[in-house]
Amino acid sequence: MSRTLSAPVTVAFDYTRSTGPVLGRFLTGLRDGVVVGGRTSDGQVVVPPPEYDPVTHQALEDFVEVSPVGTVTSWTWVPEPVKHQPFDRPFAFALVTFDGATKPFLHALDVSSPDEVSTGMRVRVRWAEERVGAITDIACFEPLPAGEEAVPAVAPSGAVDPVTGIVVPVSLDYTYAASPEESAFYRGLEQGRIVGQRCPTCDKVYIPPRAACPSDGTPTAEEVELSHTGTVTTFCIVNVPFLGQRITPPYVSAYILLDGADIAVLHLILDCPADEVRMGMRVKAVWKPEDEWGTTIENISHFAPTDEPDADFETYKQHL
Amino acid sequence: MRDVAVVGFAQRQMRDFDGSPTCVELLVPLFKECYEQTGWTRQDVGFWCSGSSDYLAGRSFSFVQAVDAIGVIPPVNESHVEMDLAWAMYEAWIKIQTGEVDTALVYAFGKSSAGVLRRTLSLQLEPYTMTPLWPDTVSLAGLQARAGMDAGLWDERAMAEVVNRSLTDAEKNEWAVRKGGSSVEELLARPMYADPLRKHDCAPVTDGAAAIVLAAGDRAREVCDRPAWITGLSTYVDEMTMSRDLTGSASARRCAEALDLGGVDTAELHAPFSHQELVLRREAGLADDVTINPSGGALASNPMFSAGGIRVGEAARRIWAGDSDKALAHATSGPALQQNFMCTLEVSTGSTTGGNR
Repeated sequence: MSRTLSAPVTVAFDYTRSTGPVLGRFLTGLRDGVVVGGRTSDGQVVVPPPEYDPVTHQALEDFVEVSPVGTVTSWTWVPEPVKHQPFDRPFAFALVTFDGATKPFLHALDVSSPDEVSTGMRVRVRWAEERVGAITDIACFEPLPAGEEAVPAVAPSGAVDPVTGIVVPVSLDYTYAASPEESAFYRGLEQGRIVGQRCPTCDKVYIPPRAACPSDGTPTAEEVELSHTGTVTTFCIVNVPFLGQRITPPYVSAYILLDGADIAVLHLILDCPADEVRMGMRVKAVWKPEDEWGTTIENISHFAPTDEPDADFETYKQHL
Repeated sequence: MRDVAVVGFAQRQMRDFDGSPTCVELLVPLFKECYEQTGWTRQDVGFWCSGSSDYLAGRSFSFVQAVDAIGVIPPVNESHVEMDLAWAMYEAWIKIQTGEVDTALVYAFGKSSAGVLRRTLSLQLEPYTMTPLWPDTVSLAGLQARAGMDAGLWDERAMAEVVNRSLTDAEKNEWAVRKGGSSVEELLARPMYADPLRKHDCAPVTDGAAAIVLAAGDRAREVCDRPAWITGLSTYVDEMTMSRDLTGSASARRCAEALDLGGVDTAELHAPFSHQELVLRREAGLADDVTINPSGGALASNPMFSAGGIRVGEAARRIWAGDSDKALAHATSGPALQQNFMCTLEVSTGSTTGGNR
């Protein structure tokens, strides 16, 4: 058996970015089927235009329309494309200096083998079918057919407003691993056990167990099986609906200090009206049917009142 | 300027760390080694600084949980950089210069294997015109390698010579993920991968962590017979577009120009791609008799967020052992050597030659 448990996880977020006047001008140009560069004080023409002059540090205001045809100044083969690259089959990334520009620009080049690309080759922009004002409005570069010196005209997008913002979706896939200690915790749950670990230096019992005691840095080694009964130390009543919510509000999310533990766990308190939950309330774990158990805290459906007298404040005041 | 030395160093490098991306379980034994080297407890450490990245870990505030490995009662003086260990060390060096503390333990960690590293690093790029194309690290290095080949500055053979020497030297490095030199001919006979790069031209994906201990003046002399005194530090960055001149590294050149590299006998250069060592040698103006990357360098293993600082640690170890009197350590980040850091480590404090710059 592997030392740790792992599972796939995807972290995704759509970054919304304002473009400002310079990149906005460039992206507006792409949407309209033209490539806009910037002329800097040292006479260079740079695509995309830099926001500030690299020498004078003044805001760049001198825009130049350059040809969508250019020359490859460097290239590399991409034998195993990664997700969201311009092609999902082997292709080239290339640095291309547009005719009228003096510095190279990075984009994909659509060729089927490295034999079809060379430094100095002439290429042209292939526009995306739908253009929205983003770098991906250039679908890629393609070899310039012999005898041609231009790019087929593209229809205007129809939009007239300048581009002021873009949305960049970012999505990353990971194989997420629990630590060995966390793995022991989840494997315990699969057997109906709640497992913590005791710090050999300060005797505190942590749940879920962690690789080191956060108080003194000592590795926590000794396994401790914890009670399924505990005390509510603090709680909140959730009244606000949100995306992905599984229970209809109002309901109670609480810190529960299991008997024998030194740190509370977060879980739900159900089976009683939300406004009856209180600090010191005694609760017990309510497990799902055993055939639904996996290596997850969701094996415990929720916590429910035990109807014992409330715990004395002195017994949990150190754990708030 | 206060005299500050590297007096401790511990590392772990591996192909695949079977543990959590917080790397807490990896850091605990590293700190233990640092305590053993110095005779200190954590209460003797005046400042802690870490390097890591949430994008690598796939979770937010990954550095916060890593603090578990220190233990925080009584509370510790702590900071974090979303950069390599080398830059965390720079922050700690500055902290010591303020006079607020005399000692520091800096560490860094990362589980590169949790995601697709060369893709994850696209998040370092210019977010409007580069990241949406997801240009991967290997491709960006390939563009740089070809630019230099086309310019006649290096060729496949020169790159293979770097690889062969690195993998031969790595045979003596217990932490090397990839090791075992063969011959330049044998390397050149292997198939192209990301033309013009072969797989051995690219650093292996590596998980790991490392820690460096700094101490000022007599605190350093107390714990180390031959402290590796930091006699110069510099860091510069280039523009983040790929339209800059990729055949060189202007920022690396400025780093080198800010330091006194006379008398350097050893250089640990952080070059995750073979041609980048050639760029760095040229920009630093290193003579042919300087020993380059005796550890095997990043081509042998390249744990993200630790590998640059490991160059400092490896250089310091050679000073401690008497194998070097003056060493250069270099770290890089960003695409195609965009960001660079250099420092000189010497057996004497260097105060007679002008000291820190």
